[in-house]
Amino acid sequence: MNFSPELEQRFQKLVTQYPWKRSALIPLLLYAQDEVGYLTDDVISEIAKRVELTELEVRNVISYYSLLRTKPAGKYVVQVCTNISCMLRGAEEVFDHCREKLGVDHKEVTRDGTFSLEEVECIGACSWAPAVQVNYDFHLNVTPQKMDAILDQYSNKTKQ
Amino acid sequence: MKTLYTPTPLVSHPDEVRVISKRFGQGAQDIDRYIQLDGYKAARKALDMQPDDIINEVKASGLRGRGGAGFATGMKWSFIPKQSEAPKYILVNGDESEPATCKDRLIVEYDPHAIIEGVIIAGLAVGAKLGFIYLRGEYRYLLEILERAVADAYKKGFLGKNIFGSGREFNILTHTGAGAYEVGEESALMESLEGKRGLPRLKPPFPAIKGLYGGPTVINNVETVATVPPIILNGGKWYVAFGPNEKNGGTRLTCLTGHFNKPGVYELPLGYPANKMIYEVGGGIPNGRKLKALVPGGSSTFLLTREEAESATMDYDWFAKRGEFLGSGGVVAIDDQTCMVKVALRIMQFYQHESCGWCIPCREGTDWLKKTLIRFHAGAGQNKDLDQMLYLANNMAGRTFCALGDAAAFPTMSIIKKWRKEFEEHLDGRSCPFETASSREMALA
Repeated sequence: MNFSPELEQRFQKLVTQYPWKRSALIPLLLYAQDEVGYLTDDVISEIAKRVELTELEVRNVISYYSLLRTKPAGKYVVQVCTNISCMLRGAEEVFDHCREKLGVDHKEVTRDGTFSLEEVECIGACSWAPAVQVNYDFHLNVTPQKMDAILDQYSNKTKQ
Repeated sequence: MKTLYTPTPLVSHPDEVRVISKRFGQGAQDIDRYIQLDGYKAARKALDMQPDDIINEVKASGLRGRGGAGFATGMKWSFIPKQSEAPKYILVNGDESEPATCKDRLIVEYDPHAIIEGVIIAGLAVGAKLGFIYLRGEYRYLLEILERAVADAYKKGFLGKNIFGSGREFNILTHTGAGAYEVGEESALMESLEGKRGLPRLKPPFPAIKGLYGGPTVINNVETVATVPPIILNGGKWYVAFGPNEKNGGTRLTCLTGHFNKPGVYELPLGYPANKMIYEVGGGIPNGRKLKALVPGGSSTFLLTREEAESATMDYDWFAKRGEFLGSGGVVAIDDQTCMVKVALRIMQFYQHESCGWCIPCREGTDWLKKTLIRFHAGAGQNKDLDQMLYLANNMAGRTFCALGDAAAFPTMSIIKKWRKEFEEHLDGRSCPFETASSREMALA
């Protein structure tokens, strides 16, 4: 299993910086997922070795955290918050609009693999609701119309 | 993976008292700018103080945990044993996930060095040499800002083996989570930082005695820590005077969300009248509607009716007297065209999703309540469900390892008790008076 030199460098730092090596596990998983797209069997096995845990222990941790996934997602993961503050300002309309526009439902991936859609819990942008996160990018005060422009922006990136 | 950075909008109001937010929008992410704006003066001052004097200053400030629990910060620090074989740690809780709460992100974004400086001071106060700042995984762009700030502080010699040339050592590590509300609970936070599932620990032992890696640990919210430098610089008495009394000292970041004309994060003194907060600072309710309910501080708190909200003062005592909680600073205004059954359902859906499943009352209770509320909102509820839901919620509260069970029970109990009539309007197959239930909910019912 080969990671990019940048990721490898980050890994070296992570596995040595904590009082206990195991503390590096969650950041290792998240950074590897950012690069590979999801946590493949190979990634899990490699990371288990790096932190000296069994694969089962690593999978046990993965299953707890909502950002970690063991299945492929779209290149851009569209996460629409529908928690209370966002719901009151039209988040459900934004989510339904995304469903229609992308033709996929919660946790599904578009056929071309560009987008996946998720209805998520509070992402801490409540005063600028409704809020949407695409991968790690925050988009604030979103409306269905603004959502069109946001999605177009990402699909154009793929085409370039 | 590159993250897009667009600055989070800032707001202001003449009634604000800017202690924590005074450097917002001033370019203080830059360490030199931060120093220009009185930055790192408090840490230098603390280096010349006795640890007990630092703790006493924080005690005098009346500062209480701004994550939501409101525990006295100086008291928490004083629980750390003076002598300890195991290393001591400072752990900053930036897992900000309580619905309606979006204040810590602004501190990390606009004043990251205030957090670093606060951690250094906490370390000096309790004799720790290592601090951790844990940010929720979704806050990647904030982690990047924070990592830069930490690196800059090392370059200046403010962190490392010889901080400020004092011969004393202090280090900070930043850490990312990966999506979990429950990790905001302090014992679950330590588990997560140790690379495990974020399950809460049995207490005692409390973190101050046996915490992270088995060592005595101070765990403070981001806002709490960022409030420490101005307290050390200007004195506890200066800070406490912003609030009405010593138990309700200082200011706090208040996140106005939901049906406000002017939502945003405002720094208001403790004891600020909720009426002014709603109608002046928040600009009232949009579209000519009226306020129906107010969430005072995150979705874990008891909701207030309009009458209660208009007479409330935003301090710990006003809520404690009623057996309720001020909470996390996340305020939600709910207008009179909103269905309270739906509000209860959305809140419960969240807690059911986030329950770790360790304690049966919480795992089963949240699921049962969610299912009942889905059924109710779709018009398939029965009258006996109302008392049944209250019975369930009552049996969750106080019967779990961590406060997630309480957090799910309290809002539910208050909504059913205070808006029972709205629940009854959904009975006998009647559809929601405020909207037609979506196809999604019907399918789930």
